[in-house]
Amino acid sequence: MDELNSLMQGFAVAMTLPNLGFMLLGLLLGILIGVLPGLGGANGVAILLPLTFSMNPTSAIIMLSCIYWGALFGGAITSILFNIPGEPWSVATTFDGFPLAQQGRAAEALTAAFTSSFVGAFFAVLAITFLAPLLARFALQFGPPEFFAVQMLTFCSFIGMSKDPPMKTLAAMMLGFALAAVGMDTVTGQLRMTFGFTEMLKGFDFLIAVIGLFGIGEILLTMEEGLAFKGKSAKINFRIVWQTWKELLQYWRTFIRSVLIGCWMGITPGGATPASFMGYGMARRAAKDKESFGRGNIEGVVAPETAAHAAGTSALLPMLTLGIPGSPTAAVLLGGLLIWGLQPGPLLFVEQKDFVWGLIASMYLGNLVGLFVVLTTVPWWAAILRIPFPVIAPVIIFICAIGAYTVHSSIFDVIMMLVFGVLGYLFKKLRYPMAPLVLALVLGDMAESSFRQSMLLSQGAVNIFYSNWLVGGLMALSIFLLLLPAWGGMKNMLRRREARAYLG
Amino acid sequence: MSDQEQGAGLNRRIPEAGVAALLFAIGGIVIMDSLRVGIEWADDGPKAGYFPFFIGLLLSFSSGWTLLQTLLGWSRETKLFSQWSELRDVSAMLVPTTVFIVAVPLLGLYFPGALLIGYFMKRHGDFGWATTVLTALGVPLTFFLIFERWFLVPLAKGPIEAWLGF
Repeated sequence: MDELNSLMQGFAVAMTLPNLGFMLLGLLLGILIGVLPGLGGANGVAILLPLTFSMNPTSAIIMLSCIYWGALFGGAITSILFNIPGEPWSVATTFDGFPLAQQGRAAEALTAAFTSSFVGAFFAVLAITFLAPLLARFALQFGPPEFFAVQMLTFCSFIGMSKDPPMKTLAAMMLGFALAAVGMDTVTGQLRMTFGFTEMLKGFDFLIAVIGLFGIGEILLTMEEGLAFKGKSAKINFRIVWQTWKELLQYWRTFIRSVLIGCWMGITPGGATPASFMGYGMARRAAKDKESFGRGNIEGVVAPETAAHAAGTSALLPMLTLGIPGSPTAAVLLGGLLIWGLQPGPLLFVEQKDFVWGLIASMYLGNLVGLFVVLTTVPWWAAILRIPFPVIAPVIIFICAIGAYTVHSSIFDVIMMLVFGVLGYLFKKLRYPMAPLVLALVLGDMAESSFRQSMLLSQGAVNIFYSNWLVGGLMALSIFLLLLPAWGGMKNMLRRREARAYLG
Repeated sequence: MSDQEQGAGLNRRIPEAGVAALLFAIGGIVIMDSLRVGIEWADDGPKAGYFPFFIGLLLSFSSGWTLLQTLLGWSRETKLFSQWSELRDVSAMLVPTTVFIVAVPLLGLYFPGALLIGYFMKRHGDFGWATTVLTALGVPLTFFLIFERWFLVPLAKGPIEAWLGF
């Protein structure tokens, strides 16, 4: 029961007054970010990251992770009341959430969404509490080839499991790696792809890319869709909350299913968005009255919200133990760890006990506090969305520019943010996924150095990647995932040919 | 929605081919630069271009594939990227944003920010002058207080702030 002892110590760290204050501040900022279009978990945390440079790392990560929970909660408000998914992972929540609001059952839908979010997150934190130390202990024995194999698995699973065209996924990912390689090579000290520009020396910071891709890109998309915020209002009172909670108990199967889907999708870098769709799809398939889905079924709110939160939370498990983030927001948090001078990975659990367990304890507290905060402040957030778009849009652009500037106090970064913004808009329209780009940009240097270290160990022989069962297994799994889309494509081709032969 | 109609907007193939060609070119640049710094082994291990070289190859390969597919299906593509009216809305955001970003190196962040907010409220909303001016000045001022005073993070400032004595 080592974990429980450590967890109690973690609670002692997280329960101090300043940390509780940062938690509340983070939650409120997070909900605000989740509610506003163009600001999401990933770029919201990226923009606020520079403000934490001078804070102590534990308080900083508590605040930033609470922003993340807040954003997860906030996404549900806009989906249900305004039919506008504030976050990509709350798209599935709109399917049944908005019809419920139209029927005047917004309060029920919101209560169900928040409660499911809490349940999803809670079980994911439980998984982190007990799995993370095990995984970290196991990963302590990893050498460079093992780390490269895990990274390879991360990237291959993007190609294998992504719904976007595999070639575009690969291209987006490779663009991330290419941008990560710009600047000084950490091993030989040689300059790569700078072409004599001093601005390029430090390379491309992924925070800038995140702010541009997700922030500016999202605002441009919102403009195109011509959003007018016309929504339902909602007041939540205790009686409705209590009734909804009682009603929710009968959906325990949906909860379990969505938690499992979410945890799996979060740990393997599927992310919260596909998890929410999968959760919704599975609930619908299992339901007796399939027709009621999409017309305002509470279960259609419960399933995606539980899965999204379980995924969003468990995405921190591989980040903490292996240094591999399971989602773009986790990637930004990982960048924060590096900036605060902490090396993510298995050693974190040995060397920075206070930090790790403080964070885990704050996840329990943050989600619990978050649940009560959103339940009590919903009307307030809905009011923010009534601020007209011509005010919100330029303010968000202004905030993004400030966020991009504060990362390195560099005006060149602000210009790059705009370039990434346009790229993000084009990528989104042309179905290039952005998560692999961001993850490759974050992990690029790490993946490269573990690859080169492995090559040094083996003196250039590739067989180091199948020299023992662990590396070999991970690599085999990676290649399997990599070839999955090709296999699907081939099957389609054969089927078409067969059909043609049959018709001809 | 007349999504499939020709002529009502920008055909998808043009930006599709453009982005793929851009990525293809970036891949080419990565390969060339990797060759410049060396992709072979030196005495102390692989040279700096060893890893990026493969990245460049894969980038060129994957975007080249998309480019080829787009070019091969050029005359068959009927899907729209966006309607012209939608693109106009996007440029209504993009153009002022670009002007804002270009102004930042010259004037700092605060004043171009105020101008951007003011322009938007006047151009796209129906606000009176008083509301517009108050919001446009109030938002940057709030950020000034939060960043420069509270968190002590200096932001980019220009001649106007210097003239005001900051």
